[in-house]
This record gives sequence, structure tokens and C-alpha cells, in this order.
Amino acid sequence: MWILLKGGYVVDPSQDYSGVADVLIADGVIAVIVERIEQPSSQSILAQTKLDEKDGQIFDCSGLVVCPGLVDMHVHLREPGYEHKETIETGSRAAAAGGFTTVLAMPNTMPVVDNGAVVRYVLERGKEAVVRVYTAGAATKANAGTEMAEIADMVEAGALAVSDDAFPIQNADLMRRVMEYSKMFDIPVLTHCEDRSMTQDAIMNEGVVCTILGLRPWPRQAEEIMIWRNILLADLTGCKIHIQHITTRGGVEAVRWAKSRGIPVSCETCPHYFSLTDEALMTFDTNAKCCPPLRTADDVEAIKEGLADGTIDVIATDHAPHAQEDKEVELQEAAFGMVGLETAVPLVITNLVKPGIMTIEQAIYRMTSQPARLLKLPVGTLAKGSVADITVLDPNAEIVVRNEEFKSKGHNTPFEGWQLFGRVAATIVGGRIVSGALRPVRVKNGC
Amino acid sequence: MTQLRRKDVLGLQEMSKEEIQLILDTAESYKEILSRPVKKVPILRGKSICTLFYENSTRTRCSFELAAKIMSADTTAVSTAGSSIQKGESFKDTLLTLEAMGMDLFVIRHSASGAPHFAAKIVKSSVINAGDGMHEHPTQALLDMLTICQNKGQIAGLKVLIVGDIMHSRVARSNIWGLSKMGAEVRICGPRTLLPAEIDKLPVKVYDDLDRALDGVDVVNVLRIQLERMNKGFFPSIREYSTLFGINKARLRRAKSDVLVMHPGPMNRGIEITPDVADGEFAVITDQVTNGVAVRMALLYLLLGGSGHVDST
Repeated sequence: MWILLKGGYVVDPSQDYSGVADVLIADGVIAVIVERIEQPSSQSILAQTKLDEKDGQIFDCSGLVVCPGLVDMHVHLREPGYEHKETIETGSRAAAAGGFTTVLAMPNTMPVVDNGAVVRYVLERGKEAVVRVYTAGAATKANAGTEMAEIADMVEAGALAVSDDAFPIQNADLMRRVMEYSKMFDIPVLTHCEDRSMTQDAIMNEGVVCTILGLRPWPRQAEEIMIWRNILLADLTGCKIHIQHITTRGGVEAVRWAKSRGIPVSCETCPHYFSLTDEALMTFDTNAKCCPPLRTADDVEAIKEGLADGTIDVIATDHAPHAQEDKEVELQEAAFGMVGLETAVPLVITNLVKPGIMTIEQAIYRMTSQPARLLKLPVGTLAKGSVADITVLDPNAEIVVRNEEFKSKGHNTPFEGWQLFGRVAATIVGGRIVSGALRPVRVKNGC
Repeated sequence: MTQLRRKDVLGLQEMSKEEIQLILDTAESYKEILSRPVKKVPILRGKSICTLFYENSTRTRCSFELAAKIMSADTTAVSTAGSSIQKGESFKDTLLTLEAMGMDLFVIRHSASGAPHFAAKIVKSSVINAGDGMHEHPTQALLDMLTICQNKGQIAGLKVLIVGDIMHSRVARSNIWGLSKMGAEVRICGPRTLLPAEIDKLPVKVYDDLDRALDGVDVVNVLRIQLERMNKGFFPSIREYSTLFGINKARLRRAKSDVLVMHPGPMNRGIEITPDVADGEFAVITDQVTNGVAVRMALLYLLLGGSGHVDST
């Protein structure tokens, strides 16, 4: 069984490769990438690789971008416990629709993913999903921030990292111990940076918009203080830390400083943090309420600079699906977070690639081989012999965001009705198209 | 301008100078009704008005109810205590339920900023914001402006100081928008801990020192200091707050000789304002309350488009 993706613009940052080429997938793995300099016939490629002509399909990918399947290292799949918001199955369909072939689920479920048994449950359910589902374990028992969770047990069960997402560890000494302990297993500590003493009942970024709306402020310093604390603790412990969803200029500068000092820190941002500012809340739109909150135009600028110069390693979505009743309430009562899997690609293309903030190669790098490297997963590459997880994009297609079309159970997006560039044409996992469709080519002189 | 072309009154930030002027003019003409021996006009006969209060209130609620009753509208009062809200009914469902009973207008007080805006999207009936969280309290600012107009003839060119807990005050925010649109210079003064971030980006002058802030002002609007703020560490003691930001007779000498002293109530006598000032010659605090009824009558009329005229009895 083979698939030939013909004539696409192939981008594989893991091999520093981009160019028009054919990609041959055989038996679920990448067989070969052939540059079409001399337009070799499909048959000759198949002949070279000794594949049966009748046992496969050729797709025309001209005008499309063919890249490794996207990796999202920050999603909330809500299972177990909050299946009314999302399940591993629906979340994985949303991932596939959005071009993601691998996702890392956060552990703030019910029960919390804080032991090997729950890790195994999530991974087991993940096997039935359409994309590759991995999970992080909670850094502390029940995400309570008081006692370290059984990290070894979770790593043994398959957890790829530990995280305090949504429940940031406030106690510096406990965070230090979590880092020291995690270092034994060479896993990263993914950290949601927020000094909770500064964010009591906070709704949105502190600033003039918040002042006008009369909402409780979520100051940038609450995020930056914890980023600095965790950088200092990473320096102390030598543990690799990954700052989740960075949103501020000061945060980007802190990470830039840390990297210049050789401290083992990486970080991610999310499409909403370079696509929106706190002004999105002027209409009290509950879908624009997220944590950390949307910041200012100056922060958006800094996030883009950080993405362009590599300070920000990864673009993740922080996909946070909620039920209608969680969002159709007063703003201060509304749940934090927005769905992101199905809007990430068009937002990246429209707001980063089209305006020239970064090339499509750099954008793909931050969504494939970078997160794969941090999680030590053998995906996010088109290297010969690797699993055939591939995303095919049409960067020039114009789309309109329609949340009723989402595969996710969550329809909570602030981007409803936005006109954007970039469509996911097809998502291939293990050599099988799991979402979208491509144009088949009839083989001449053959079957 | 002779009518408000809007379904709802949610805040003064979104209102034009002309709209504000229309409301004040209408209120001024309605004030006469309040001094009649028989305070009843049939202007809103057959209209149903619901006061939906998710927060405690005496003056605002009574003022709206009285305004509606004087205009012959039927009123229904719903508050959190003793309603299905306590059974966990969502705000949306409460609104839809009441609208289905035929409410023409909702007066909403809510502790969540933006709640009336949310309501206005849910219901087709009109919504008046009677105070939402720390966001806006438009009818309070309108009655404050009406009081200023009555005493000073106009608002443009006046210096108005708002003193106290600006951060938590919806009264302050609505007054800042309304007064600045009408051409006043708005000054604010209060402890730095109770000034919200980047308040200087609004049309205000910010003062740390109360004596400097009072210098030459025409109006002082004294905000209530909520005593629980002290426990949350916004200021160290009542004593120190009063010393730095309390309005007393001696301090008032820095203001213009015909200064007006206003307070939206309820007052903490002896804390943010001394009793001799509260009851003194400059205070117009009870006039504010009377004007509140007139302003609310004006708004109900302008939104519900009553059939009758003011003088038809």
C-alpha cells in the first residue's frame, strides 16, 4: 500500500529541506522524497522502489504545501471527567481537521492525570483516536500544588512531561523539587506561569481596556514574576523547563535572557496571543476570555519578534473547549479558554506568514520538529523511514471561520466569521488520510 | 434631537453629547411632575417594567420603581433573594423567562461588569443598566449631571473633582465619560492603590494630593469608601484614609466659594465626608436623589416611547 504526493512544495524543517518534490509513502512510512527537477514519471519512482502500481494512489499536490504532521504540545481534551466539553475522540478529530497529527493532552482532567493509571487510561483511549495522543502528567497530586505527584510512575506509564497547567505551583520550594525530580527522567517541566496572589478573581489584562470595563485586572507582572522565578529555578536545578503560553513583552525578554545564559528553557505561544489584543473584550465577549489573558498591541509585537528570532520555540494552541453554558454567562462567570486546533493554521498563515513575520518554513518548524524535539517524539519529520504523518496545506485558500463546522465539541472561538488565508487540505497519520481530501491523479499507461 | 435612537442604555461611554443633553432636558421637564400633589401621569400605561437586581440597592431600585409608577407603568421586582436565581437558574434563563411574560423593559443591577450588555443581546426588550460591577452606572452620572446643571446652569467649563475609591467605582467611570463629553474638566483623586491602571488614558487629571485637587473646583463628588477594601490591603486604616482623602470644611475652602458637594450614597459619615459638610450649605445630596427619579422617568419615556405628553394628566 503506497501513496504518492505529487508536485507539492515540500517543507521539512527537520532536514532543513524545502522545494517542489514528490513524497512517496509506503506501508505507513516515508519511503522517499524525490525532487522533480527532471520530472521523472511516477512509474519510474515506483519502479525504483519496487512497489506495485495497482496497490496505491497518486495525489496531485501542486500549489499545496506538504509538511510533517503538525504537533500541538498543549491541548485540553477534557477526558476523563469533562466529556461534555470534549472527548479524546472529538478532540482528535478537531486536531486532524486542523492539520495536527500529534497532540499532548494537559492533565487537568477529573480525576487529574496524576498517577500511572490515569496516564494509561488516556493513552489507551488515545489509541482509538484519529491522531497520536500523548499526555503530560500533573506535577502535583490532584493539581493541588502541595505534594509532588508520582512522576516516575507516570513516566513509566508513558507521560512525556509534567505540567502545572491551570494550577500553577505557587510554592517555590516545591517547584524546585519538581524540577530536580523530573530531571532524573530527562522530561521537561511544562509550566503555566502565574503568581496567583496577583490574579485573585482576575478576568483580563490590566490596562486601560480593563479600567474602562471595570473588570478585575490580571497584571502582566503576575506572569513575568513566575517566568523569572522558574527560569532561576531551572538555572539552579538544570532541569529543562518549557514556559507555556507566553503572552508579554517582558516574558519574551526574560526567556531571551535565559537562553543567552544557557539556561535550559524553551517556550511556546498560541495563535490568539499574536492575533488579538485585550480590546477583543470591549464587547464583553466571553470567548475572548483566556488565561493568561489577551494582552496589548505592544505585547503582540513582542510575541511576533520572539517568534521571528527564535526566542519562542513553539506555536501551540492551548485548545480549551468549553460547553455553551460555560460561556453563555456573565463575563466574570465564564470559563477561561478558547478552542484552537481548527483555527491555528489559518491564523499562523494570515498573521505571521503572509505579513512576512516569518517564512512558512519557520512557522512549520515551530509546529513540527521543535515540539517533537522537546517531547523527544520521533515525529514532526519527513525523514526516510519515519512514520508517515503528513499535513498538506493550501496557504492561499481563503476561508471563513465557522464554528458550527468545527469537529471539536467546543465552539468557543473569538474568531467566528473571520476571513483568513490558509486551509488544511489533508491530514495523514501513519500513511492514512484521516481528514480532508486530495486530488487523485490517474496513472497513464497503467491501471 | 428629540428621541433616543437606541434599544438600551448601557453606559455613557457609548453615548453622544446630544443624547446626554436630550436625557437631561427631558428629565428637567419631568421634574415638575414630582412636585405635583397628585404624582401620576398616564404616559407609560400598559407598559411592563422589570427591575432585576442581583445586588443590594435601596435608592436606585426605589427610584426606578417610583419613576415607573408615576408614569403608570406596571412594575415587577425580581431580586436574587427568594427567586429562582437561588435555585441556580442562569442569568440567561431568568431573562428569557421574564421576557416571555411580556416585559417591555429591564432595569438591571448586577455585580458582574457587562451583565446588562449580555442581557441586551439576549432579550429584545430594552435594558437600562442600573449599575454593573465596577463598569458603569449611567443613571447615577446622569442625575449627578442634572444636579450640576440645575445649580450651575451648565456643565461645560466646570472643574469637577471625583474623590475616593475610583478603582471599584462604576459611578466614577460613568461620571468621567458623561462630564468630559459635556465639556467639564474631570479631576480624580484617591489612594494610588484605588486608582485603576492607566486611568490617565481616560479624559481625567489625576491627583495624589487632595488639597491640590480641590484647588478651584466647582463640584466635588465624594465616593463611598467600602470598608472591606481596608481588609484587602488597599489602605492601612480608616483614620489614615480620612486624614488623606476625607472631605471636611477646612479642606473645602480651597474649592470655589460656591462649590457643590455631591455623594452618590450611601455615605460613611465621618470617614469620606464629615457630617457638617454632608448636611452643610454646599451639599446637594438630597437634590441628587430627587433628580434621580426625574432622570429615570426621562429614560423610561425615551426608551419606551410613551404615547402621552408630560402635561396630560
